[in-house]
Amino acid sequence: MTTYDTVIIGAGMSGLAAGIRLAMFDQRVCILERHKVPGGLNSYYERQGRKLDVGLHAMTNFAQKGERGRPLTKLLKQLRIPYEKLELSQQHFSRIVFPEHDLSFSNDPLLLTSQIEKAFPCQKDNFARLLELVKDFDGVNLNNKPQSAKEKVREIISDECLLEMLFCPLLIYGSAWENDMDFSQFVIMFKSIYLEGFSRPKDGVRSIINLLLEKYTQLGGELRLGTGIKKIDIENGAVTGVTLDSGEKIQSHKVMSSIGLPETMNIVSGQQESPATGAMSFTETILFFDKKPGDQGIEETIIFYNDNDRYDYKHPQTLCDYHSAVICFPNNFYNDDYDEGVIRVTFIANFEKWNELDRKTYLQKKQEVRGEALVLIAKVFPKFQAELLYHDVFTPTTIMRYTGHFQGAVYGSTQKARDGRTGIKNLFICGTDQGFLGIVGAMLSGISMANLHCLMDGEKA
Amino acid sequence: MDYQTIRKKIIDIIADIAIDEDLSHLDDNIRLREQLDLDSMDFLDVVMELKKRYKIEVPTEDYMKLATLKSCVEYLGPKFAFSS
Repeated sequence: MTTYDTVIIGAGMSGLAAGIRLAMFDQRVCILERHKVPGGLNSYYERQGRKLDVGLHAMTNFAQKGERGRPLTKLLKQLRIPYEKLELSQQHFSRIVFPEHDLSFSNDPLLLTSQIEKAFPCQKDNFARLLELVKDFDGVNLNNKPQSAKEKVREIISDECLLEMLFCPLLIYGSAWENDMDFSQFVIMFKSIYLEGFSRPKDGVRSIINLLLEKYTQLGGELRLGTGIKKIDIENGAVTGVTLDSGEKIQSHKVMSSIGLPETMNIVSGQQESPATGAMSFTETILFFDKKPGDQGIEETIIFYNDNDRYDYKHPQTLCDYHSAVICFPNNFYNDDYDEGVIRVTFIANFEKWNELDRKTYLQKKQEVRGEALVLIAKVFPKFQAELLYHDVFTPTTIMRYTGHFQGAVYGSTQKARDGRTGIKNLFICGTDQGFLGIVGAMLSGISMANLHCLMDGEKA
Repeated sequence: MDYQTIRKKIIDIIADIAIDEDLSHLDDNIRLREQLDLDSMDFLDVVMELKKRYKIEVPTEDYMKLATLKSCVEYLGPKFAFSS
């Protein structure tokens, strides 16, 4: 029977990236994925010939080819994937829309700075100080201790409305905490969204997954799709391998799990205490229209909408919270790969409420969500007139079914294991619950955890 | 093995790691990190490639000896002689 050097659980962005690093240096590595399709939190599917993306609306951390010290450049180098392969197309610009103020930002950080100077003239110097703090802070240092980002930013930004507006995209694009985030996470997200910006690979998320898969298999890595894991086997406090749902046992010296910290601990044999499950989940409505938003004067790439001066990023008491939303226009990157108009609308949602619905009510409520998405589009863009050709809605229960994240918690546990250690010898975590988020963060997480725990340890030994 | 042969082996490794960089004008006396976008993760790759391709082990305390092309050749020269 084969004994692997490393078994990786989950073929999402982080698992695939970790797999590439290990296969590159001749480890015997196998990635086990419960689903038939790789991708995890960032996946894709097809309905009626239409390509639908799940997960992030855009790739963060845009960098030009060869731009030094950028996370994107770093990860491509580590994976030895040429920059051109991504065929990145930049966003036009995005907007944070609150009742009293409206801030646009693009991949040129000067736009946001000038918008803030106009809308919040008194905060001009404070924002400059915040930029300095963010630029000088090493958000990816694995030894950073958790601290409240709001408390720290509030020491600098004295206007609560500006503070809420700045936090809005960062929270909904990556915080497992309600109404706040870890300061390290804030810095990573701030740089990745406001200083580097959004882009989209040609054909969306599937291109990145395919690139990673191609690289991984070329290097000799093994991948088993449709292979769920029943438990992680531990003997004398150390990993010995995994037992599959089928009962088959696979031996491995090390296990790198990308499925989440509580989800991993749940399948550790004999483990009692489980880390906290996150509460943040979402619905997303994907709408296809006969006209493109750009033809009707909509140039924005992503809108972060909130109908109050305070942004309430928390687990709602109802199925969905319609006071805030993200509206994404995938056509509105410099290169548009769609034939039809596409709009994606995300609402914050409550997992338990969705989970307790019977099938009939569940389907009705999905229609309501679609209705609310259309109402919101009409409210923000009263002039948009187009015929709806097709739509799909996914909910927190869909997210749980496809990602395995407890309670459909998109950003995972509120507790992160930044150094990837689990307390069990040779069992490590990468991905969402290691704490680097977004597509770029996920891949960097896989790379750095594979380097630290599976390549460097070998070096020392 | 002469200077140029060893230098070429090192450049070949760097070329595979820093795929988007131009390596034709490297100065042997200037730190590689100053000429190329290489960080500590990339130096780990240089070390791993030396092990994978030539079975050469570089202990962590010797990483600084890989700072410039000249120091690489001087440090790795005897190791190449031994490995081949």
